[in-house]
Amino acid sequence: MDKIMQEPFDKQFESPLESAQAKPQVKPQVKPQLPRIGLSGRLRSWEFFLLLITAAVFLLNSLASPYFLDPWNLSDASFNFTEKAVIALPLAMLIICREIDLSVASIIALASVAMGFAAQSGFGTTLIVLIGIGVGGLCGLANGLLVTRFEIPSIVVTIGTMSLYRGITYILLGDDVLKAYPDGFDYFGQGYVYAMFSFEFVLFLVLAALFFVLLHRTNFGRRTYAIGNNPTAAFYSGIDVARHRLILFVLVGLLAGVASVMLTSRLGSTRPTIALGWELSIVTMVVLGGVNILGGSGTIAGVFIAVFLMGLVTFGLGLLNVPGIVMSIIIGAMLIGVIAMPILLKRFKQRRG
Amino acid sequence: MNKLLKNREALLGLLIALMILAIGLVTPDFLLPSNLLEVYNDTSILIILALGQMLVILTRCIDLSVAANLALTGMVMAMLNSAYPGLPVPLLVLVGAGLGLLLGAFNGLLVWKLGIPAIVVTLGTMSIYRGVIFLLSDGAWVNAHEMSESFVAIPRSELLWIPVLSWVSLAMIGALYYFTRHRRLGREIYAAGNNPTAAFYTGIDVGRTQFIAFCISGLLAGLCGYLWVSRYAVAYVDVANGFELQVVAACVIGGISIMGGIGTVFGCVLGALFLGVINNALPVIGVSPFWQLAISGSVIVIAVIANSRAERRVGRIILKKAALQAN
Repeated sequence: MDKIMQEPFDKQFESPLESAQAKPQVKPQVKPQLPRIGLSGRLRSWEFFLLLITAAVFLLNSLASPYFLDPWNLSDASFNFTEKAVIALPLAMLIICREIDLSVASIIALASVAMGFAAQSGFGTTLIVLIGIGVGGLCGLANGLLVTRFEIPSIVVTIGTMSLYRGITYILLGDDVLKAYPDGFDYFGQGYVYAMFSFEFVLFLVLAALFFVLLHRTNFGRRTYAIGNNPTAAFYSGIDVARHRLILFVLVGLLAGVASVMLTSRLGSTRPTIALGWELSIVTMVVLGGVNILGGSGTIAGVFIAVFLMGLVTFGLGLLNVPGIVMSIIIGAMLIGVIAMPILLKRFKQRRG
Repeated sequence: MNKLLKNREALLGLLIALMILAIGLVTPDFLLPSNLLEVYNDTSILIILALGQMLVILTRCIDLSVAANLALTGMVMAMLNSAYPGLPVPLLVLVGAGLGLLLGAFNGLLVWKLGIPAIVVTLGTMSIYRGVIFLLSDGAWVNAHEMSESFVAIPRSELLWIPVLSWVSLAMIGALYYFTRHRRLGREIYAAGNNPTAAFYTGIDVGRTQFIAFCISGLLAGLCGYLWVSRYAVAYVDVANGFELQVVAACVIGGISIMGGIGTVFGCVLGALFLGVINNALPVIGVSPFWQLAISGSVIVIAVIANSRAERRVGRIILKKAALQAN
């Protein structure tokens, strides 16, 4: 039982999409899959493949620009992805559980507005942070309740709440800016814990470790895989599927709140357009990390590497003065390419022998 | 089942009528036929895109790249028009629709041949298509004075008191109605979305129907690329940014089940009209445009809750319901 549930490496030597095909692809499999184990299995893992690409990108970057290898530059670059990465961790678990949350960027905005108003009415830093995270959690709770109580597909619910939450920020703020943040508040987005290790980066590392334990070393994590692989079977084996999903939605909301604290603190101001369109790059991070968008498989390690891969690509291109919109082509192509490549390779191999 | 759906559409139609009447109480001018025609005309593009999206959603996929597709084809047509003003507009529209079809086919091929989930594919192509516009245009705008007169004039010109834009959307509604009700391919799309396994065993290539749905969605997006750019007489990178959400919302409000297989052309049109009426009414009754996003968001949420009630009666997971009752 343990071995079946302990997902990580051995099961994932092919593209994560191939493993749990819940899609209506009904072609019967002719060749039985031979189990591969040990080192060669590990070398074929998605994570190893990602690591290779990341290393290649790192190398290319350092060849392309002399400024790339500067430790302070690299540290600065981490600000661009840690806020998104913090949300990618719980979102990975949610997607493994066959749900998705497209409202995360709007939650960031709503939490940021709440913090802005709290700051305006003279609240202290601690209270502001708590309010930000709390509002995030509440938004997640609302998503989760809608999905689990009414049994609506989460993609529709969160497309709706994505407009709703963002819409509320527009109603509250119009085209105003909130920036009356107290002095100590800038630490969360601009402070350094030790030398060039920023608070954001260290917090991300800590959270990544926590989520690794949660997903791969606890019953909660195993239930997440069980539900993702077969919700009906999970239901009959006594797992409270609805409650589990609800908790995951709240977790995503809470961490969107955390991300909102960091982003608001880094920018020092709140506008209704804050974090606009981020849901896209966050979902890209998760999928790039080998999490099956149809649920059932994926690892925190994969997401962790994918976060750095995306960060390195955007930073490297930024150093080369590539405009943001062109970067979005590359990220979009990466999303499709990285998923398509293993499938194509496999086809090619099958055709040859 | 069919009765229930018909009821739901009648309900939605009634709701829209009530809404229009209520707005009419505040501002009687809203009820003028000319204004109602204008509201319909303003919703035409949304209707056409929603029809394409409906086919894709019916096959259990989703196309998030429609707005980017529209913007890219629109930009290509606008640039062609400003570079070669002599090109006849119908030819340009053909080029745009063809390009849209290709972009849609690219999505469809990835879904069909590689089995990548549609949401991943179209999230990717959405940013790719949007980025390509920037590469083509270098971030520059194509403005009204750079477009030829006929290019801009055609959708506005009136035929029997109704603008061509409205006629195009009416024609598309008719075509899609015929396609989904009376063509084999249209029926296959429903079958493939309702129960892919059963569809497979009746000899339907599920992947192929998905591919075709994406092609049609792309074709319609290409057509809308022309309509949008000529109507607003401007083309730039961010044209119709985020419009894909409105399109999906129109489908959801219209009762197209995101789980595939359920939904009708009329539901879809009513869903689009619902959003269109709200968008047009807000400024009329003096609500700040900042409210628009939140209102359409809550409408989506309320609509899906209502839909979930209606769909649950169909009873998809009998065992689970029995188990829940036993508890």
